[in-house]
Amino acid sequence: MHNLRTVKQEMIEFPEHLLKEVGRQMAKFPDGKQKSAVLSILHIAQAHFGYLSEPVMDYVARLLHILPIEVYEVATFYSMFDTQAVGKVKLEVCRTGPCMIEGSEKIIAYIELKLGIKVGQTTPDGLFSLKTVECLGACGYAPMLQAGNQYHEHLTEEKVDSLLATYRENSESNYWGLKNHGS
Amino acid sequence: MTDSDIKFKIIIDGIQLEVDPGTTILNAARLIGGEAVPPAMCYYSSLDGSGGKCRTCLVEVVKGSEKDPRPMPKLVASCMTLVADGMEVNNKISEKVLEARAGVVEFLLINHPLDCPICDQAGECDLQNLAYAHGKSNTRYDFERRTFDKIDIGEYIKLHMTRCILCYRCVYVANQLTDKREHGILMRGDATEIGTFIEKNLKNDFIGNVIDVCPVGALTDKTFRFKSRVWYTKPMDAHRNCSCCKGKAVVWMIGDEIARVTARKDQYGEVKEFICNECRFEKKDKFDWTIEGPRNIDRSSVISANHYLEDAPKHTILLNKA
Amino acid sequence: MDRKLLLEHVLVEGINGIDGYQKKGGYRALEKALNSMSPNEIVEEVKKSGLRGRGGAGFPTGMKWSFIAKPEGVPRHFLCNADESEPGTFKDRYLMEKIPHLLIEGMILSSYALGCNLSYIYVRGEYMYIIQILEKAIAEAYHKGYLGKNILGSGYDLELAVTCGAGAYICGEETAMIESLEGNRGNPRIKPPFPAVKGLWGRPTVVNNVETIAAIVPIVNEGGDAYAKIGIGKSTGTKLISACGNINKPGVYEISLGISVEEFLYGDDYCGGIKNGKQLKACVPGGSSVPILPHHLVCKTANGDQRLMSYESLSDGGFITGSMLGSGGFIVYDENQCIVKNTWNFTRFYHHESCGQCSPCREGTGWMEKIFHRLEHGHGKIEDIDLLWDIQRKIDGNTICPLGEAAAWPVASAIRHFREEFEWHVKEPALCLVKNYGLVGINIPVLNNA
Repeated sequence: MHNLRTVKQEMIEFPEHLLKEVGRQMAKFPDGKQKSAVLSILHIAQAHFGYLSEPVMDYVARLLHILPIEVYEVATFYSMFDTQAVGKVKLEVCRTGPCMIEGSEKIIAYIELKLGIKVGQTTPDGLFSLKTVECLGACGYAPMLQAGNQYHEHLTEEKVDSLLATYRENSESNYWGLKNHGS
Repeated sequence: MTDSDIKFKIIIDGIQLEVDPGTTILNAARLIGGEAVPPAMCYYSSLDGSGGKCRTCLVEVVKGSEKDPRPMPKLVASCMTLVADGMEVNNKISEKVLEARAGVVEFLLINHPLDCPICDQAGECDLQNLAYAHGKSNTRYDFERRTFDKIDIGEYIKLHMTRCILCYRCVYVANQLTDKREHGILMRGDATEIGTFIEKNLKNDFIGNVIDVCPVGALTDKTFRFKSRVWYTKPMDAHRNCSCCKGKAVVWMIGDEIARVTARKDQYGEVKEFICNECRFEKKDKFDWTIEGPRNIDRSSVISANHYLEDAPKHTILLNKA
Repeated sequence: MDRKLLLEHVLVEGINGIDGYQKKGGYRALEKALNSMSPNEIVEEVKKSGLRGRGGAGFPTGMKWSFIAKPEGVPRHFLCNADESEPGTFKDRYLMEKIPHLLIEGMILSSYALGCNLSYIYVRGEYMYIIQILEKAIAEAYHKGYLGKNILGSGYDLELAVTCGAGAYICGEETAMIESLEGNRGNPRIKPPFPAVKGLWGRPTVVNNVETIAAIVPIVNEGGDAYAKIGIGKSTGTKLISACGNINKPGVYEISLGISVEEFLYGDDYCGGIKNGKQLKACVPGGSSVPILPHHLVCKTANGDQRLMSYESLSDGGFITGSMLGSGGFIVYDENQCIVKNTWNFTRFYHHESCGQCSPCREGTGWMEKIFHRLEHGHGKIEDIDLLWDIQRKIDGNTICPLGEAAAWPVASAIRHFREEFEWHVKEPALCLVKNYGLVGINIPVLNNA
């Protein structure tokens, strides 16, 4: 598992193409209003570094010329951001009403069984983390989960099986991360 | 609105007064004083951005203004709502307000540790006073209370988050008195906490003022922790020549010793002149200070207990007889 | 019979691209506006249309627009609220995914009408794939000269960009959204000042929902009067309803406001009735925040009138026997669903999504969730029901933003209509773990109560 707390701070830097993307996000805002790009940049950082460790957040603060605490305040507010290490694939299952009445609890229990972990945990191989999330706006296609940028809807146990298998097969490629982020 | 001749006529709890346009209902009520003043746990006049959050100062606007006399549909935060000419406000005489306020007090207390007997803030705690005035003696909350670990944020300040009511004042102090804020609001909902994210020492020269603006015992002075109950100390106005701040403070004495130093607070618990860390934490010798005399303390405050003689004139503390 | 104004061409292949969109008349409204209409004329058409905010509050859009302050030399901003997060609501996602240019065209028209030269679409972070769709559409629009400098030679400039959230329902509240767009925590601001005076970066700002903005396109194309002819009374035009729950055909439907709830719920063109031949138990007609309606008040009002899909009819009877159209998130519950469990679920949602800024919401939502958890798991006390009632009442109306009400209303309405089911959970603690209460004994309020 990627534990960045042991990584030296100077190693935390975006590669060229991501710096370009960071610049594009910042350019969306007028001069002096670059702080507005913090959420976008944290998304990019999380996809690239795995999670938002303190050195990563400090780096984002430097990029935006804001105080580190301003980044911590934001990163801990929004539920999509992880400030602790998570698995390569984050399975986020919707638990809100409309999904619940269509069986999300069973799906969650089934994934727990298949992965041998509980909600909030990561598999020992560091591949999967299981989370429950609130409404993702797919109520008509319930139950559903999100993995990376992808929505998986009308879930059944069979669908979960094939989903897990696909992610296992693709565990070495950047199937979920930044592949489609930005343009 | 710059014309200072224009005054707005308003009525608060049946009391008529004229105030400058741009005054908030709360500050108008403070001009009247006494029972008409709504309690405020988060608003702090000198801190930009403060107010509106705790909801203890909610009042009922029964008449919006002369021009538009309709009542406001909901109770409003008096600290954030500006007066209008002809406005009529009910505070203490409104059942609705008292009920909502009792609700807010209950909400503020359900996760509060109620550890007043061992809390250094006891005796000068806004939450304690609020609970006495508007709370009930029992609780309807029978779940485990939220707790946080106590942490040191620097040499001199203890953060006891479990007691915090999230007024955000300490964050505004850091924003406005220091050049580099290091603590802030983390997480969200009822998991929200004041913190530095990773334990950091708050080092700025003026950061000690977070202790004075804290309405509860969440931020306390480590040089004073568990030394004494405040009502056993004798507050004296004092000053010294300080290169960093104006050096006007209150020294809280036990016998000849200075137990702690704070800034001077007004009757609403607000500091008008903040003091530096050196004055607050490092000048504990009485020869560091020129003692001006006893500090006026509200007769109703527990701090004045033991300091009065029966026939003493109001608002005078007879320190030597205590 | 129903006219579709937004989704008419949604199934046409290639409609998600600019060429496909233009083939079906796309960007004609923009050309018309820039060639022949002044900004004020557009505002007037929107006023005439009677269009009301489609995000949930139903505030008249034209009036909202007319509030925008116009101080000399201060830029104004127009923002699209695409932070769709209200449980039961998934219409904006559908619209943006299928026909993104409708939103882009609406954005340009609205920005022009309000005199804004820099506009943003704020999309919830979970809709990352939608962000990609919108960025592509925006690039196409720039390429065609519909965005950027001197649009279609009119002298009007507009920059449009997409920004994202990162998981916070509260950012659907417009001032929280503005805070988030400024790169801050999504804490709602205390109003006044309203965004129309002091919004993004302290500048005059208007925020509208995705569907509201899309509706500007047909209003400009056909005129406000034509739009106002659709619908009923003050509920003009069409509305996207996202239907879900125990129905045969969940999905997004565009309806003319004023069709009957019965037709919408049971008609083959819409929900197609309750799934598996079961009976209707209850319905939340406008997203999780609005009061739940027990089965006997879904298709008829307390007075026995037919209930319609309109702002007025759905709220007929007030909170005693009515509900709200809200965001159009239509959630249907069959006889097997447990009201206590569902309300617990919603309360957990609001607890999770409370920003924590003001005390009644921060503390009250968590307290309610804990009590619900106890009731649902057979540990409840009979006093818990009144305690819940009292807590929701002390949250309602006393918070900075409407999330407090959103958390209070479902609790109040569930207790009001289903008190016996709550009591059953206390009286039958073992039974409530293994079976649901079903349909029996729903409180039927006395009519003169309303």
